[in-house]
Amino acid sequence: MLKFISGRLLQAIPVLFIVITATFFLIHSAPGGPFSADRAVPAQVIKALNARYHLDQPVWQQYLTYLGDLAQGDFGPSFKFPGRSVNEMIFGSLGTTAELGLYAMLVAVIIGVLAGVVAALKPNTAQDYVPMSVAMVGICMPSFLLGPLLVLVFGIYLEWLPISGWGDIPGDKILPAITLGASYAAYIARLSRGGMLEVMTQDYIRTARAKGLPEHIVIIKHALRGGLMPVIAFLGPAFAGLLAGSFVVETIFQIPGLGRFYVQAAFNRDYTMIMGTTIFFSVTIILFNLLSDILATWINPKLRHQSGGAES
Amino acid sequence: MALLEVNNLTVSFHTRNGVVKAVNNISFTIDKGETLAIVGESGSGKSVSCYSLLNLIPKPPGKIESGTALFSGHDLLSMDEAALRRIRGSDIAMIFQDPMTSLNPFLTVGEQLIEPLVYHRSYSRTEAAQRAIAVLDEVGIKNPAAAYEQYPHQFSGGMRQRVMIAMALITEPKLLIADEPTTALDVTIQAQILALIKELQQRHNIALLFISHDLAVVSDIADKVLVMYQGDQVEQGSRDEVFKHSQQAYTQKLLASIPSGAKVGGEAKSANALLQVSGLKTYFASRSGSWFKRKKNLNKAVDDVSFTINRGEIVGLVGESGSGKSTVGRSLLQLLPVTAGSIRFDDQELVGMPAKSLKTMRRRMQMIFQDPYASLNPRMTVFDTLAEPLLLHGLATKKTVHEQVLMLLDDVGLARSSLRKYPHEFSGGQRQRIAIGRAIATKPELIIADEPVSALDVTIQAQILSLILELVEKHNLTMLFISHDLSVVRSLCDRVLVMHHGHLVEQGDTEAIYQQPQHPYTQGLLSAIPLLE
Repeated sequence: MLKFISGRLLQAIPVLFIVITATFFLIHSAPGGPFSADRAVPAQVIKALNARYHLDQPVWQQYLTYLGDLAQGDFGPSFKFPGRSVNEMIFGSLGTTAELGLYAMLVAVIIGVLAGVVAALKPNTAQDYVPMSVAMVGICMPSFLLGPLLVLVFGIYLEWLPISGWGDIPGDKILPAITLGASYAAYIARLSRGGMLEVMTQDYIRTARAKGLPEHIVIIKHALRGGLMPVIAFLGPAFAGLLAGSFVVETIFQIPGLGRFYVQAAFNRDYTMIMGTTIFFSVTIILFNLLSDILATWINPKLRHQSGGAES
Repeated sequence: MALLEVNNLTVSFHTRNGVVKAVNNISFTIDKGETLAIVGESGSGKSVSCYSLLNLIPKPPGKIESGTALFSGHDLLSMDEAALRRIRGSDIAMIFQDPMTSLNPFLTVGEQLIEPLVYHRSYSRTEAAQRAIAVLDEVGIKNPAAAYEQYPHQFSGGMRQRVMIAMALITEPKLLIADEPTTALDVTIQAQILALIKELQQRHNIALLFISHDLAVVSDIADKVLVMYQGDQVEQGSRDEVFKHSQQAYTQKLLASIPSGAKVGGEAKSANALLQVSGLKTYFASRSGSWFKRKKNLNKAVDDVSFTINRGEIVGLVGESGSGKSTVGRSLLQLLPVTAGSIRFDDQELVGMPAKSLKTMRRRMQMIFQDPYASLNPRMTVFDTLAEPLLLHGLATKKTVHEQVLMLLDDVGLARSSLRKYPHEFSGGQRQRIAIGRAIATKPELIIADEPVSALDVTIQAQILSLILELVEKHNLTMLFISHDLSVVRSLCDRVLVMHHGHLVEQGDTEAIYQQPQHPYTQGLLSAIPLLE
């Protein structure tokens, strides 16, 4: 197991290196720079700013300097927020995004698993078609459409829930969590339906029924664990995707999270901030994928023991 | 009053392609402590009729059309689901065919064992655990307390079937339904499990409804026999009536299909060696140990095996699952990397032969596999399947290939009109004919047949075996026939090789080995074969 984990971590190094290099040269080749958008700044001020942040050096030299700093865990200073470091800004806003991601994940898992299992119990009936059609719509609908729609219905017409903010008014976390979690709920619903359908035809389900167990015990105790294996394998990538994909929702609902900084940084050509958030999200995605692989292995007793063959 | 009295049971499946009658007007009774065996080939409705009693058939498409099943005076078929559930696993228990898939892999053996006690008998978990460990002990599981905590994958197939039996008997049911309980097991394990079922049945006076396709097993265990064919009851009677004095043509055909006795007309073969294997070793690296302490193991699947096959011979390679017999077959064709040893085919060394020359050699050695469902490409028609090897090895041209494929179809006894059909349009036996046709297409000298008839029903098996004999004769083939079925091997092969744990423990002329086995393993193997009395 340790070998597996360390192997996966070693694989992550070249991946990260490629991400860093590609991002660095891409953003530096984009037209404009962090200070070019500012109006009416005297030329010598720009020159001084560029000199201060080493932007007057050749790109490859900047790249090497950046790698050197990065190796020491330093993402550098923000170009747009003078006096604040990228490290500070990422870890300052991470909490909000993580909280949003967690709620969205709860929404996704609870709704998704319920819908999927309900659908799988009576395949090819209304009980299956209705949730699965809704799930299909959920997968197709982007969050920048779903968010405003929810705001329109629940915030403006019904006036049930606040339409923006985070932690200011009670209930203002509900709509963002649903908006972010919806498409993942839909995906999880399809995964759990598929998993459950397969497990319900297994011989050991027939054995459980032959033992005279009540149907809910058959489903919850005997079928669910196997049926949700595909969902568990998907949780890691899903959570990483939720975090990285949160910027749309954060922008719609005015949430001061990491995603919003990311988008702002891209518009502002805040080179170090873009680099910092990109690297942070890449690491998160790699780590969560690894975590869900470990979890999936751990849940399956056969993989957990790996005792190899019969012993009795 | 009989314990179970089934009257005029009719079950059908309502599918898109119309209504299929799976069980048609079946009636039988079982008394306390009695054993009724239902025998029939696949699709005869023997399993469906038993599953219907406990409402375990999938509904829809399944539908019980009519009939009654009185169990201790109550009709199971008209009972509501809650009442039936109280009987399932409590008064009527079941064991199933495949112990590898019938236990939940995610739960410990103990957790699964105590469920019937907890739900039917309101035992506390501690009481149930004590009883479970006692029952595990009774079914012959060593160290039952440790086994209680283990997961199914930590047991072998035979041990899992013991666990299934323990689970079925833990509530002391009045009736046990056993659906092909030994079909998936090796012959020595089968003998142990049958003995165990019989012993427990007698000790606890349990009625047994035993479903099987294997007449020899049935003749060993049953008091009464019901023969089914395509949903209909062919006949019913005491064991002796059915096995010794049957008037029914179908029953007689079934009995005649069982391979028995020695090979007919086995004249002496030339001593001209076609295949010489010496010191063959095929090892696989595997890992074991817990997650944090990995060990690398060497699985010696085939360890130092040497034998010779002469031209025109049919040589049987027998052994139980895991003995390495299939690995030998694959190693011979160089489908697996060989660790050490020499394989000489027609005096040419195959081990280490360059891929290009190996291709020409492969034309001369072909393989037939066990599962005719999985080994044919479902997207290729019969014509494509049979034409491919001919064209690949340059044995036919675009012009002649059509005629040659038709000849092959004649050879294996398939209608010429089936040329454009796909594999799913054929039955299992017909598919195996296609697979045989594909194997003989290149006019090979050696055919390696890996369990070619073990997925087939007994009447179909008899047909395929006679086809094999006919083709061997006609095309002057040499064959290595790999099988776990010792009766089949005896009726077909000139010589036999016996494998055990990767070693060749005994080899010799078929009759010599069957009459006077030398190695203790061969002796055990032969005595475990269930025989028609």
